[in-house]
Amino acid sequence: MGNSNDGVRGVMGRDGLDGLIVLLREAGYETIGPRARDGAVTYEAVESAADLPWGVAEEQAGGRYRLTEDASNAAFAHTVGPQSWKKYLYPPRQTLWTGERTGKGFTIESPAPEPKPYAFIGARACELAAVAIQDKVFGYAPHHGRAVGQQQFADSGYVRRRGAAFFVAVDCRRSADTCFCCSMGGGPAAESGFDLRLSELIGDGRHEFLIEVGSERGRAIFDRLGARPATTADVAAAKAQTQAAAAMQTKGMPQGAAALLADNLEHPQWAKVAERCLNCANCTMVCPTCFCSTVEDVTDLTGDKVERARRWDSCFTMDFSYIHGGGIRQSGQSRYRQWMTHKLSHWEEQFGTSGCTGCGRCVTWCPVGIDIREETAAIAAAPKNKQA
Amino acid sequence: MTAAKKPKLAVWKFSSCDGCQLSLLDCEDELLTVADTVEIAYFLEATRAEVKGPYDVSLVEGSIGTPHDAERIKQVRRQSKVLITIGACATAGGIQALRNFREYDGLVRAVYARPEYIKSLATSTAIADHVSVDFELRGCPINKYQLLELLNAFLNGRKPLIPPHSQCLDCKQAGTVCVMVAKGTPCLGPVTQAGCGNLCPSVNRGCYGCFGPKETPNAAALAKQMAALGWDDRQIKQAFRSFNANAPAFRNLADGVKAGE
Repeated sequence: MGNSNDGVRGVMGRDGLDGLIVLLREAGYETIGPRARDGAVTYEAVESAADLPWGVAEEQAGGRYRLTEDASNAAFAHTVGPQSWKKYLYPPRQTLWTGERTGKGFTIESPAPEPKPYAFIGARACELAAVAIQDKVFGYAPHHGRAVGQQQFADSGYVRRRGAAFFVAVDCRRSADTCFCCSMGGGPAAESGFDLRLSELIGDGRHEFLIEVGSERGRAIFDRLGARPATTADVAAAKAQTQAAAAMQTKGMPQGAAALLADNLEHPQWAKVAERCLNCANCTMVCPTCFCSTVEDVTDLTGDKVERARRWDSCFTMDFSYIHGGGIRQSGQSRYRQWMTHKLSHWEEQFGTSGCTGCGRCVTWCPVGIDIREETAAIAAAPKNKQA
Repeated sequence: MTAAKKPKLAVWKFSSCDGCQLSLLDCEDELLTVADTVEIAYFLEATRAEVKGPYDVSLVEGSIGTPHDAERIKQVRRQSKVLITIGACATAGGIQALRNFREYDGLVRAVYARPEYIKSLATSTAIADHVSVDFELRGCPINKYQLLELLNAFLNGRKPLIPPHSQCLDCKQAGTVCVMVAKGTPCLGPVTQAGCGNLCPSVNRGCYGCFGPKETPNAAALAKQMAALGWDDRQIKQAFRSFNANAPAFRNLADGVKAGE
């Protein structure tokens, strides 16, 4: 989003965050942000900065997530939780249309659109990267993959919600053990795809927010915030924080995963991982780019009213690959391989980008802690050529 | 749909607690529509009036636990165009299938003062082990919305929306935070079929597996993780030996765990 607003930055105190939320709500947005509930940070409606998870951080590992206390009492000390903005831009269940019998005919109605556009507060760099990937999948932005012809079938609901959404990005000041955005070509600092970008500056007795403009919409809000101009020292402090977060990422995705996996479709590692894999579909549910769905028809008892709905599905279910006679991918092994090779390899062919941003959710929220980095590394350590 | 052509519905009880057939009466708001759309021809829990068969659809609750049950289910099958089993007893043998893993005579002697009065089978088994079944509706008890969906699909001649996937899909889609990952609470959700509306995880409890094994469950991998979370063999065995103890995936897992009963 390079524009005349490049480099427009200010600094505000903690009350500025409240002001930001108030301004967004006055501008007609439904404000969504992180909240601590049920042992995790999830994305819910927030009405003021008081709703944010101040002083809440977390520890993450394969199959493990625990909230911890953050001594600096930061609003954004946490990294990514079990949910992503996908929950709002591409809801788990969407009514596509409803129909009703009327005498000899019937009527069809479209569902009402969301009453308000969303403002997402606290979007991380990996999450903005995920939105950029789904933009290509759902036809909001062009792509250069094999599925290029599918762009004429833009998902109208996604395009509407996405186009109206306001993004307030937040740079990460720390990485979880499951974070690997740097090895996926991103980083803990949001570089694009935001309307406003925050860096929470903590240290030497200060607790302030550096705020940067990324779009005209962002500028309109920024101008009313009353932030003091940022100094080069403020910008340097923010940069030092994201560099520290990047340095915390010690385990990355091996480079060249796309070609490696494509060449190792019969590798013995697939059988090994299938022994551990529950084929429960958690990885696909938490992934911010996984987009697969199924269509369901619902009738009422009289058969006079019908609804067609679209619901998240997963390549780990048997129904997902069902054609005449049964599901194509009978074994858990074939389903895990389908997911991982699509995500890291043939997604690139299809959409011209990897399907992974390195957020690490599939690692943390796998009940048995299967780590996509380790699975790739195991194949990289002993690659075999494609067998017939 | 004219009154004369209303499909005849029968509800049958075998070895069970009646909870599943009560789900039909529990439908409250929808009950009148159900009564309007089908002729309730045989449903002793609701009415003593009996309409003779054959029946268009039979809902069968309960397991086969006695020689009498084993004969009667054949008669029910003969009178039913469509036979749907409802609940963990009917689909897996129920909690009473725990006797399948014990020495039967000793159990009867331990429980009953006059064991000679007891004429039951050594095992409690699913209806599908005895006659052909058109659809199995899971749960202990069943979910009334799934029951309505099933009747609805039957009446409208379409496939019921009762997916055999894991509980986890429903938890994630409902926004329920995973109790296993975020709290370290062992949970049967990853191997259990969805359908209850994530009752337990949504109140911070692990899934008890009331809806039985999901499609292609990997119970061994889950048991390993339960052990990693601190459960001993006995706890793991007991988790799989409950309402759906005799469902093959759960039975095989528990059989393989060496622990005192």
